[in-house]
Amino acid sequence: MRRRRGRLPVVLALPAFLGLAFLLVPLAGLLIKAPWGTLSGQLFSAEVGEALKLSLICASLATVLCLVFGIPLAWLLARSGLPGRGFLRALVTVPLVLPPVVGGVALLLVLGRRGLVGEYLDSWFGISLPFTTAGVVVAEAFVAMPFLVISVEGALRAADPRFEEAAATLGASRWLTFRRVTLPSVLPGVVAGGVLCWARALGEFGATITFAGNFPGETTTMPLAVYLALETDPDAAIVLSIVLLLVSVGVLAGLRDRWISGPT
Amino acid sequence: MTLTAELRVTRGNFDLSLDLVIAPGEVVALLGPNGAGKSTTLRALAGLSPLTSGRISLGESTWDSAETFVHSEQRPIGVVFQDYLLFAHMTALENVAFGLRARGVRRAEARAEASRWLDRVGLGEYAQRKPRALSGGQAQRVALARALVTGPSLLLLDEPLAALDASTRLQVRSELGRHLAEFGGHTLLVTHDPLDAMVLADRLVILENGRAVQQGTPSEVARQPRTDYVANLVGLNLYRGVAGGSTVDLADGGTVTIASPASGSVHVAFPPSAVSLHPSKPEGSPRNTWQVTVAAIEQHAHTTRVRLDGAPSVLADITTATLADLRLRPGDSLWAAVKATETHTYPA
Repeated sequence: MRRRRGRLPVVLALPAFLGLAFLLVPLAGLLIKAPWGTLSGQLFSAEVGEALKLSLICASLATVLCLVFGIPLAWLLARSGLPGRGFLRALVTVPLVLPPVVGGVALLLVLGRRGLVGEYLDSWFGISLPFTTAGVVVAEAFVAMPFLVISVEGALRAADPRFEEAAATLGASRWLTFRRVTLPSVLPGVVAGGVLCWARALGEFGATITFAGNFPGETTTMPLAVYLALETDPDAAIVLSIVLLLVSVGVLAGLRDRWISGPT
Repeated sequence: MTLTAELRVTRGNFDLSLDLVIAPGEVVALLGPNGAGKSTTLRALAGLSPLTSGRISLGESTWDSAETFVHSEQRPIGVVFQDYLLFAHMTALENVAFGLRARGVRRAEARAEASRWLDRVGLGEYAQRKPRALSGGQAQRVALARALVTGPSLLLLDEPLAALDASTRLQVRSELGRHLAEFGGHTLLVTHDPLDAMVLADRLVILENGRAVQQGTPSEVARQPRTDYVANLVGLNLYRGVAGGSTVDLADGGTVTIASPASGSVHVAFPPSAVSLHPSKPEGSPRNTWQVTVAAIEQHAHTTRVRLDGAPSVLADITTATLADLRLRPGDSLWAAVKATETHTYPA
């Protein structure tokens, strides 16, 4: 038996290779144009270090925030008999497709010093989020949370609820069941969601610059630093970009097994 | 303390109406075809789904009624699920200890008790294995230990042997029987396997279409089946009819001569091995003979079971030698014969 192997039709092959080039050439360009000679010096300069540190801290805090609120939200969407869950699920995914700048504006309107909620945060607790590091975390969490919720909710819906029933017959309360049975069984989904969420937060630009502004050392994260440097010091922009590229590829490599084999 | 349940559940077109009483130490098997309401019964007793009406109580305490509903986690129950539902991320020991931990027993104590139970089911050395690394029979025993470790009043077994292969099944069945004999609480065994039910249970309740159609000890049910389903289960030919002296006019057509005179509405039963098949009408001794056609031939381990259409339709077990002599094929026309003394008649 011979496999039928015709030549690739040109109408498909040509756009396919163009598409591939379109995706890969810019990344290659980044590596080609990199100032390899002065790279190490740039890499360990104060600005880069500061921006990288701030980025890692903010993205990690945003991820923690997303885990704390996102996992229960995913549970609510997947397991509770709440009416209108479908509609809620659609709402949760809005930040996924919303232009991040719009997210930033919305956050300003609500959490800004004169915002719906921000006004009370300021007058009652003296908390002001915009243009602070905390604001960066909030902006990143806003944009990144849907990634976590969708991922965890998918895992929860795929998990067999009969294990929860088994736990109930063994005398476990719903909270204990969630902690000891449900959560461990969806852990791969939580990890995948968390990493995606973290990567999204790390690269977040629009909502951050709109809501938190651009103050070096306080709100200037890596993507903002790249954008700034592009005008003053293009070489620095390339170095910063390469760092972000490496982090992204690292995340991808770390997640690859999970994506291919799925939750075990 | 006796478990009494008046189970009334309505769901869509299905409706279950079953009264169950289980005495302490008694093992009741709920036997029935798929969709008869066995799982619904088990779920209601376990508190996984509420009754539509009726009540469930154990001694003085009510679990489910119009006024009260005790949730699963508050009922003194143990459940062995059909596919065991062992928690995959926990070791065998942690699985068994789970129920104790959930009930507030301290970790060290829970582990010690769980370890004792694993020893009891002969799995002491598998304590640190994850369920995936256990064989079917081992997983079943872990599930049993997990269900019994908390000392439940009611043990619910949902097709506990269905997932096992034939050879493991035999061994696990006898072990299960031993544990059930030691267990002082109430046991309900849900199964569609008559052998499991006969071997393990003190009493059988046959459930069909949400109703109990027959109850009794295994030997009573085996000797006097009341429905086709039960008769099929125990491998009997069963007919309903009206007796007048030594003959019975069957509801499905045909007449059977019986051994001892009877009257009124009766069941007539005889085993497939009592049926002999002949190419032409047999002569001689007082027996029932009637013409039949071969509907299907099934090969079993040592015999061949032939399904025959006729008035009445009948199952016959014949030897391989007979099969070869008669050269049976579906559609063949034959004579079936049953001695009157082989029939068993009892009031319907």
